[in-house]
Amino acid sequence: MHGAPAARSAGDGPGARRIEVRGLSKTFGAGSAEALALARAGATKAEILERTGAVLAVNDVSFSVDAGEIFVVMGLSGSGKSTLVRCLNRLQEPTQGAIEIDGEDIVAASQERLRALRLEKITMVFQHFALLPHRTVAENVEYGLKMRGLAKPERRARALKTLAGVGLADWADRYPSDLSGGMQQRVGLARALALDPEILLMDEPFSALDPLIRRDMQAELVELQRHYRTTIIFITHDLNEALTLGSRVAVMKDGRFAQVGRPADIVLDPADDYVAAFTRDIDRGRVLPLRAAIRQPADAAAIAALMAEGAEAVDGGRLLHEVFATVGASRPVVVLDAAGRPEGVVRAADVTAALCAAPQRERA
Amino acid sequence: MTMAFETLTDALRPSYWGTLPLDAWIQSAVRDWLVPTLRPFFRALQWPIARVLDGLQGLLLAVPFAVIVALAVAAAWRWGGRGVALFTLVSLVLLDWIGIWRETMVTLAMIVTAVVFCIVVGIPLGIAAARSDRTAALIRPVLDVMQTIPSFVYLVPIVMLFGVGMVPAVIATIIFALPPLVRLTDLGIRQVQGELVEAGHAFGSTRRQILWEIQLPLALRTIMTGVNQTLMLALSMAVIGALIGAGGLGLTVYTGLGRLDIGYAGIGGLGIVLMAIILDRVTQALGNADPAARRRSPSRRRKDAAAEPLSQA
Ligand SMILES: Nc1ncnc2c1ncn2[C@@H]1O[C@H](COP(=O)(O)OP(=O)(O)OP(=O)(O)O)[C@@H](O)[C@H]1O
Ligand SMILES: [Mg+2]
Repeated sequence: MHGAPAARSAGDGPGARRIEVRGLSKTFGAGSAEALALARAGATKAEILERTGAVLAVNDVSFSVDAGEIFVVMGLSGSGKSTLVRCLNRLQEPTQGAIEIDGEDIVAASQERLRALRLEKITMVFQHFALLPHRTVAENVEYGLKMRGLAKPERRARALKTLAGVGLADWADRYPSDLSGGMQQRVGLARALALDPEILLMDEPFSALDPLIRRDMQAELVELQRHYRTTIIFITHDLNEALTLGSRVAVMKDGRFAQVGRPADIVLDPADDYVAAFTRDIDRGRVLPLRAAIRQPADAAAIAALMAEGAEAVDGGRLLHEVFATVGASRPVVVLDAAGRPEGVVRAADVTAALCAAPQRERA
Repeated sequence: MTMAFETLTDALRPSYWGTLPLDAWIQSAVRDWLVPTLRPFFRALQWPIARVLDGLQGLLLAVPFAVIVALAVAAAWRWGGRGVALFTLVSLVLLDWIGIWRETMVTLAMIVTAVVFCIVVGIPLGIAAARSDRTAALIRPVLDVMQTIPSFVYLVPIVMLFGVGMVPAVIATIIFALPPLVRLTDLGIRQVQGELVEAGHAFGSTRRQILWEIQLPLALRTIMTGVNQTLMLALSMAVIGALIGAGGLGLTVYTGLGRLDIGYAGIGGLGIVLMAIILDRVTQALGNADPAARRRSPSRRRKDAAAEPLSQA
């Protein structure tokens, strides 16, 4: 499940391992040892809270993220997403477990080393923005650059450029309280992006944006990530967003990962009812690759015949909604694998079936 | 029968057998041990206070009346608005007219000196208390004691240690006026939203940077409230300070009391009240003038200033 090369960046080949988390747990309140023992014995979060008074926010989570991946963590409110991501830069001290970033042990890092890491390598977008109310928008965006010791004119120039990127160039000299929630959120985003971080921790960075701006920002993020190969941990409780953005998606429940996998895996093969409940309402066309619509195995002779008739050949990795028009023209298309070899045939009816199929039926 | 009973109950009282000489013990502990041991230390402490006080008093008495009035009115206008400026003008002219200008300046020098030292000592103490629960646990009981001991009680050791005069009076004032500033600095810093401090950490700030870039600016309004409280307490010590040799308006009131001259005591009291109102209004407005505070409540600012009752004065 780990180590699978990122679906979208298949062309660049698998990246180097950047973040490795093993057996991470975090409890709040007294009695953490007892709480962890109960958790190992299989007690639920609610039982542990009742018996020890400790909140088990993250429970034995393991995963790894490769360079240039967008690793999305999604889950309901209170499932421990923020706590997990805060452990990665040690805003929260992990109760148990190992965190490595580029092979460096983060749990054992000194305060001084942590500061250097936060300054140069890892940065964060906060769920509740956490903008400084006594600083202007531009000064907020400059904050990290100032900590890096950049001179005022230089950091101001960079802040203005980043603000323009999130559509707030005209607001540079206002105060955060003059801005709407969505605008404040974009300032928080700009504050992190201005640093060109290698690793970006984003805690529900788009939650307050309206759908149009949200789509722009998602596109921009994907663009940025392709360009700089930023490694991103992205938190959301919107599964559509998770599936659109994620190279891999982890579904979190009560502090544990219920499932980790590529978006298509989550949709086609949900690990349990909790995950299945999430996937019910999603737009499958934006998640499933054309490949997922193949119903019969490739028959070399039939494919050759179709090709002779002039059927189109389409990369099987493209998303259904992108190729819908081609396939919808009632002619079958030939699906190619990553190496460009034909792997199957898809007809309009197959696409319709894939878009509507309930996961249970597929598994049967 | 009853006689015997009374003797018995009397015998249960410790004073029947003699009085515990606690007063003598305190007396000898303070006089024979505390004062001789600590006198050099306290004398050294006295020096900077004396310098600031002398300088300030000399300055205030040397600058012409009109210049001081002009500066005070300008400051009141700048921070407090037109109403406060007008009030300041009328009050200062009145103070000179009733013949207590000099006393007013002496008192002003005293309380400003006291407040300056309160700030120099109190704000760092408040910061230390905010940054460490252990320091806070050490400092708070001391502040409690400072606030609950009646100021008359520590006048005696102060006189023993420092003698009488303006400087001892300023020291008594500092002790009396310091606690709220420490407490409010502590509170102001602790009240800064945890997530903002976390943001500071997340962007690689040092503790010192977090203090200067995030905590202090956001605590400024609360700290200014502390300065305002300290100022008001210092002013309320003006009369008590006169008991141990302070001059100024306090002495006017004290002398008036001694002579049962209600008029003389009355103008001294009026001077203190007018000063209190001016200083209170201007420092309160100053606290509201910082940009962070203004951002948080853009429209409430004026109303706040008008609605708040005068503290202490
Ligand atoms: N500082 C804290 N002290 C005590 N409990 C906490 C603290 N922070 C989080 N928790 C608890 O940890 C659990 C996980 O919280 P967390 O904030 O990580 O959830 P989340 O998945 O980010 O939720 P949301 O989507 O609402 O942001 C919750 O049960 C919460 O009550
Ligand atoms: Mg959260």
